Amino acid sequence: MGPLRGELMEVALDKGMKILIVDDFSTMRRIIKNLLRDLGFTNTHEADDGSTALPMLKSGDFDFLVTDWNMPGMTGIELLKEIRADESLASLPTLMVTAEAKRDQIIEAAQAGVNGYVVKPFTAQVLKEKIDKIFERVDS
Amino acid sequence: MDNHYELKNNPTFISELQDCAKLLIDKLENDSFQDASTLICNMIEARDKHIFSSVGKLTRGLHDAIVNFHVDGDLSSEPPNIESSEIHDATDRLNYVINLTQQAADKTMDMVEASAPIAMNLGQEANSLRDDWLRLRRREMSKEEFAGLYQRMDEFLQQMCDGTTQLNENMQSIVLEQGFQDLTGQVLKRVITLVHDVENELVKLVRVASQVEQVTGLVTNEVKGDEVRAIDSKGEGPQIHAEKRDDVVKGQDEVDDLLSSLGF
Repeated sequence: MGPLRGELMEVALDKGMKILIVDDFSTMRRIIKNLLRDLGFTNTHEADDGSTALPMLKSGDFDFLVTDWNMPGMTGIELLKEIRADESLASLPTLMVTAEAKRDQIIEAAQAGVNGYVVKPFTAQVLKEKIDKIFERVDS
Repeated sequence: MDNHYELKNNPTFISELQDCAKLLIDKLENDSFQDASTLICNMIEARDKHIFSSVGKLTRGLHDAIVNFHVDGDLSSEPPNIESSEIHDATDRLNYVINLTQQAADKTMDMVEASAPIAMNLGQEANSLRDDWLRLRRREMSKEEFAGLYQRMDEFLQQMCDGTTQLNENMQSIVLEQGFQDLTGQVLKRVITLVHDVENELVKLVRVASQVEQVTGLVTNEVKGDEVRAIDSKGEGPQIHAEKRDDVVKGQDEVDDLLSSLGF
């Protein structure tokens, strides 16, 4: 993965893709939204937990999901399992951005089919890398 | 610990038992069954006395522990009215911390969002003016263009004054907004003190409970902590002692390593 390939990806990434940000803290949603906007993604939508997000995902033809783990109502890992079990959402690229840092949890998320895992606190650079990597893999 | 003292080191009770036991064996060997049964009655009486005095002490301990529990309020009503209790007060305080930190974060981001376009516009205008300025120095500029540049320079200097004043104000209010650290710190310290007090009283209660077990001879099945802790899909939140735990990653690099070791 040289810098050249990163640049190529940047061209290939659809900046208009529809993104759902799921986090129970509005501050964190806003931070992620701002970072995504800096990366050129402006078509972002928000939900405050899994049970709000799921119906939005089912009816909203989203291209990308960014979700927290620890939320009241439906957690991020439960949401991930729900969408992987749903035929129309099974291949939705999903990035988990969470404070959960136990190895068992990361393995659980990987087994549930997460496409990327970012631990909080994180940097704009890490978020960008993971998004690039996810779509590099999805597209190839 | 005093619960061991209660049973094992109650010298009066134990010496009474020992004396009676020796006598009892003598009496039984000499076939004095009448005296033997009197001795057995005495032993039972001694044990009862020991239990009564222990129960008395336990009750006092229980009472003291509960009184110190900071759950004041009207507990006789249903549901209990505990709005005046310190623990209820603590949850209010913690909610206050959430609100204050949220406000500070919102305000800070508002200010940054308001500042970013100002800085960007000033930067763009400065860039474009510098290009024109270089053309002027290379004498590539017509008289009419120069008049335009003259006018733009005037406007830019005005924009610069207004813009930097605004940026300074925004940065000042970002700094002021950090005052939440002081206020929430004070509140959190008070709540920490309360949690510490409650923990101490809980330890006392657990001691009382273990004395009850000893006095009454009840045996409880010990449950190991590990067995109780099931994997919780709710998550644990931020790890505050990540460096002391082996089951927790210490940062994004370790997450990446773990995932790539899984063939990710």
